Amino acid sequence: MAAAAALLDARVVGRTLVLDAGGPWVAAEASHIEALVENIYKRAYTAEEVNINVSQVERLDSVGAWLIERLRRTAAEANLKAEIKGLNPRYKILLDEVAISNKEPPHPHPKKKALHDAIEHFGETVAVAGQDFYAIMQMLGSIVVVAGRVAFTPLTLRFTSVVHHLDRVCYRAVPIILLINFLIGCILAQQGIFHFRRFGAETFVVDMVGILVLREVGVLIVSIMVAGRSGSAYTAELGSMKMREEMDALRVMGFDPVEVLILPRMIALIIALPLLTFIGSMAALFGGGLVSWLYGGFPPEVFIERLREAITMDTFRVGLIKAPFMALIIGLVACVEGLRVEGSAESLGEHTTSSVVKAIFLVIVIDGFFAVFFAAIGV
Amino acid sequence: MNALKPNGAKPNGSGVGVENVISARDLVVGFHNVPVLKGLNLDVKRGEILGFVGGSGGGKSVLTRTIIGLIPKWSGSIHVFGEDLDALSEEDRSALERRWGVLFQGGALFSSLTVRQNVQFPMRENLELSPRLLEEISLAKLEMVGLHRDVLDKMPSELSGGMVKRVALARSLALDPEILFLDEPTSGLDPISAGDFDELIMALQQTLGLTVFMVTHDLDSLHTACDRVAALADGKIIATGPIEDMLQSDHPWLRAYFHGKRAKTRTGKTGRKRV
Ligand SMILES: Nc1ncnc2c1ncn2[C@@H]1O[C@H](COP(=O)(O)OP(=O)(O)OP(=O)(O)O)[C@@H](O)[C@H]1O
Ligand SMILES: [Mg+2]
Repeated sequence: MAAAAALLDARVVGRTLVLDAGGPWVAAEASHIEALVENIYKRAYTAEEVNINVSQVERLDSVGAWLIERLRRTAAEANLKAEIKGLNPRYKILLDEVAISNKEPPHPHPKKKALHDAIEHFGETVAVAGQDFYAIMQMLGSIVVVAGRVAFTPLTLRFTSVVHHLDRVCYRAVPIILLINFLIGCILAQQGIFHFRRFGAETFVVDMVGILVLREVGVLIVSIMVAGRSGSAYTAELGSMKMREEMDALRVMGFDPVEVLILPRMIALIIALPLLTFIGSMAALFGGGLVSWLYGGFPPEVFIERLREAITMDTFRVGLIKAPFMALIIGLVACVEGLRVEGSAESLGEHTTSSVVKAIFLVIVIDGFFAVFFAAIGV
Repeated sequence: MNALKPNGAKPNGSGVGVENVISARDLVVGFHNVPVLKGLNLDVKRGEILGFVGGSGGGKSVLTRTIIGLIPKWSGSIHVFGEDLDALSEEDRSALERRWGVLFQGGALFSSLTVRQNVQFPMRENLELSPRLLEEISLAKLEMVGLHRDVLDKMPSELSGGMVKRVALARSLALDPEILFLDEPTSGLDPISAGDFDELIMALQQTLGLTVFMVTHDLDSLHTACDRVAALADGKIIATGPIEDMLQSDHPWLRAYFHGKRAKTRTGKTGRKRV
């Protein structure tokens, strides 16, 4: 009875090794008990059988039960006759439960080497880029097919849905687009004036702001903003719908997810981006004009007069013509990534991130192509 | 003999000698000004398996979630281990939370962790176990709920509905809780597995002195596993007692529930089987 406090003790009785377990054999004591269990056989005993006496165990939970079982198994593996004695019948079921578990050694965790990993990762990235291109083309194809079908039967277009998405990606984006473009316009003008002043060429600031904003910056800023704002939302929405089998539900009801979910989103985006680009460009010109007036010192009439000379209708069109293409690529990437989401929350996050990153990257690439193209045709 | 003393209860801490492990009084809970539970009273006794029945949408999950503190209550009180949940400090509360395990209706596995990591998560956070012991215990728990070790490294999205239930049960058992809340544990399981599940719950209840609060529609579970049944209708408990009493009750709702078309084939075959 004096041993009640000891968790585990060993004594030799004749040819039998008696292990007295006592006290609380619970998870909270696990580290102590495990150390004792590990060491108890390290001392050499010339025993032929082992009796594990658990009558003094006050409390037992599954961790404790497993450690008793481990004690027994270690002895059994050393070809000793091991027996558990004095078990409170209440705990028998628990011990029986753990006795049938862990029969095979645990799976080793797969380990990889760093270099091997890096090369594999690189290869994967290349392969993924190829798959991306293929997936985007495939998505474009199915959208074109569905759009063609809808064009012949206009009533099947989900008009409400288009309006709903237009509200989200266009109308609600107006304030932030206005603000950002206004600030960009201000910064461009301020920088221009500051640096051009040295050559006495301040008035060319108007040319610079006008051309830069209308041809490049307006549409780029808006596209990047929309990719971050709406592209990510599209991916997350489609992704979580896919996760919860909503897509499958649509499909089995005879609806085409491309028609119901993707086409309205694409149409909304393609309408929204030119509108936002126009609004954004105007805000940027306004910002540029304001700074030219307050900081550069030329009044609004002069600014407008210069602007009229500096830009043509073509400058304006070049910017605007790019917008629907940007919308297309943002939407395609967002939908492709959304449909790639698999079961986990992590996967959803991953694909939302890559949707935004890829969309912005492609927007800039396409802008580059347009620049080359316009230079070639001399606009 | 300390047969009634639950495993893990602090010898001089809270909850010793309290007969009712959970007691809810005049509980009112609702959403958007519409009450779902309307003055509900319920006691769950130490060491029993309480089967909780009620119509779909009746508020069973809401009650479970209210007791474990996920839904705020409008009024009333809830005592768990004799402690008023409202009066507890943050620290005491999280200590209390470690003494119960919850199996959510939908499993609620962490979707970005593997099965192994899901089961190990609570143990890793709350216990100091060596990696080897952690591995062994988590595998033992999974095997206890009837899962094969092949599922260890699967993601939750790769599991069948029944497997999700089992992994979730293994996770809720990870810390050897004293109270187990089960929300429809056997729905989505085949009858053999459901029977095994009932036996497992009974085994755990008897060895660990577990108190089980089980929401279920499974008449077999009610017959074989539950010590008592509580029936919820209209936001209130309309009856509690052993299944035999429920079967004999004249209450129209209970008659419809236990003597309806689907229940017909079962009646007569009663009596709780002990493993
Ligand atoms: N988060 C919530 N917001 C609003 N209402 C809710 C919410 N959760 C539940 N409800 C409502 O509370 C009621 C009870 O729902 P509860 O999930 O508890 O039903 P249940 O009894 O568990 O049903 P089942 O057997 O189908 O699981 C339902 O009418 C439901 O619409
Ligand atoms: Mg429910």
